[in-house]
Amino acid sequence: VFKRFVEIGRVAFISFGPHAGKLVAIVDVIDQNRALVDGPCSGVRRQAMPFKCMQLTDFVLKFPHSARQKCVRRAWEKENINEKWAATRWAKKIEAREKKAKMTDFDRYKVMKAKKMRNRIIKHEMKKLQKLASQKGKKPEKAPKPEKAPKAEKAPKPQKAHKQEKAQKAQK
Amino acid sequence: MAGEKAAAEKKPGEKKPAKKKPGEKKPLEQKPIQKEGGEKKKKVKKHHASRNPVLARGIGRYSRSAMYARKALYKRKYTAPVTRIEKKKREKPRTTITKPVGGDKNGGSRVVKIRKMPRYYPTEDVPRKLLSHGKKPFSQHKRRLRASITPGTVLILLTGRHRGKRVVFLKQLDTGLLLVTGPLVVNRVPLRRAHQKFVIATSTKVDISGVKIPKHLTDTYFKKKRLRKPKHQEGEIFDTEKEKYEITEQRKSDQKVVDSQILARIKKVPQLRGYLRSTFCLSNGVYPHKLVF
Repeated sequence: VFKRFVEIGRVAFISFGPHAGKLVAIVDVIDQNRALVDGPCSGVRRQAMPFKCMQLTDFVLKFPHSARQKCVRRAWEKENINEKWAATRWAKKIEAREKKAKMTDFDRYKVMKAKKMRNRIIKHEMKKLQKLASQKGKKPEKAPKPEKAPKAEKAPKPQKAHKQEKAQKAQK
Repeated sequence: MAGEKAAAEKKPGEKKPAKKKPGEKKPLEQKPIQKEGGEKKKKVKKHHASRNPVLARGIGRYSRSAMYARKALYKRKYTAPVTRIEKKKREKPRTTITKPVGGDKNGGSRVVKIRKMPRYYPTEDVPRKLLSHGKKPFSQHKRRLRASITPGTVLILLTGRHRGKRVVFLKQLDTGLLLVTGPLVVNRVPLRRAHQKFVIATSTKVDISGVKIPKHLTDTYFKKKRLRKPKHQEGEIFDTEKEKYEITEQRKSDQKVVDSQILARIKKVPQLRGYLRSTFCLSNGVYPHKLVF
């Protein structure tokens, strides 16, 4: 049922408070509500932190309890947590949310145009397939299957290209 | 002044015996010239500090007559340089003018005064106005401009017939209103004034560094014109007022001059033209306080 546990070395994401948005490693447990926490590579000093503001991630480091910061840092860099974190969907969602909030009026317009174009492409392909299906559908009944498969194919394709566009435009 | 001259004379006297060996003539020549220049400058510049030490605020040590003596005003009597009065006797302004008599008693001329006596003297003088501080007329008010609005910024108009349109900001006029243009071919907004308060400044900027805006585009150019010669007795007072606004040729030419320069800059930025063509609107889930413009 539970997959992520509070343990020594568990990397946690701080959701609120002064260090909101940073990653820390749990070094020791103080009592039921607090943990000794350290984030040498994310700019968080070694301190006590309540569990409530931490959200556990999938990453676990290997170091003994109450290990000093140097050891924590070594373990962190060995596992390359920063890069692994940036590759997770969680971090990407956060980043996308931030980008969306920072969009200026001009960016919003560009996104609108990109979305419109993408939807048009998709619709165009859909119509094409539907037409084929309706023509062929009178003969064999295999038509509905190929309809769905290419639809799934087509959707990710313009999606990827468009997401790249969006990311580029949002960055601009 | 006399003291200064004596001091200056002493200096060359002192230095001459000291600097004998190296390049005698040149430094000697330079020094008197420098000194003369210095003297002239000193004479003009130097003002004596107040010769009346302050005992308390507003109270000086010496009386008026003592100060007269201290400042040697008896020596200083300035009169205006004597003008060549013989040549140009100051022309007296004309008081009367002779006009020909027209109408019934034609022929001949009559003498008319140019400046006539007033036809009415009020019974009471105008009462003195109380002193006020810092109340300036509108023309002298300080004009402010938000830091987010710089030449070339894209603004969103919020009021008026062009509400929701995105428009390029050119400059701030003397009354504080913003001079703004569509450009006309893009969104049908001409050279127009907009009020700073009723405008959203976006962070999108067009580079307008080299654009020359004609100097005759001022507030008086844009001010609404009203006819002011209605013949009151006639019933139709309202017809004479200008109902229809006609675009003058000058406005069209000014528009072209400005827009051609700006359009060139707009074309350089991708998608900007389409952006200016679009209008701003809110929809579900869009909250202005959360938007970054």
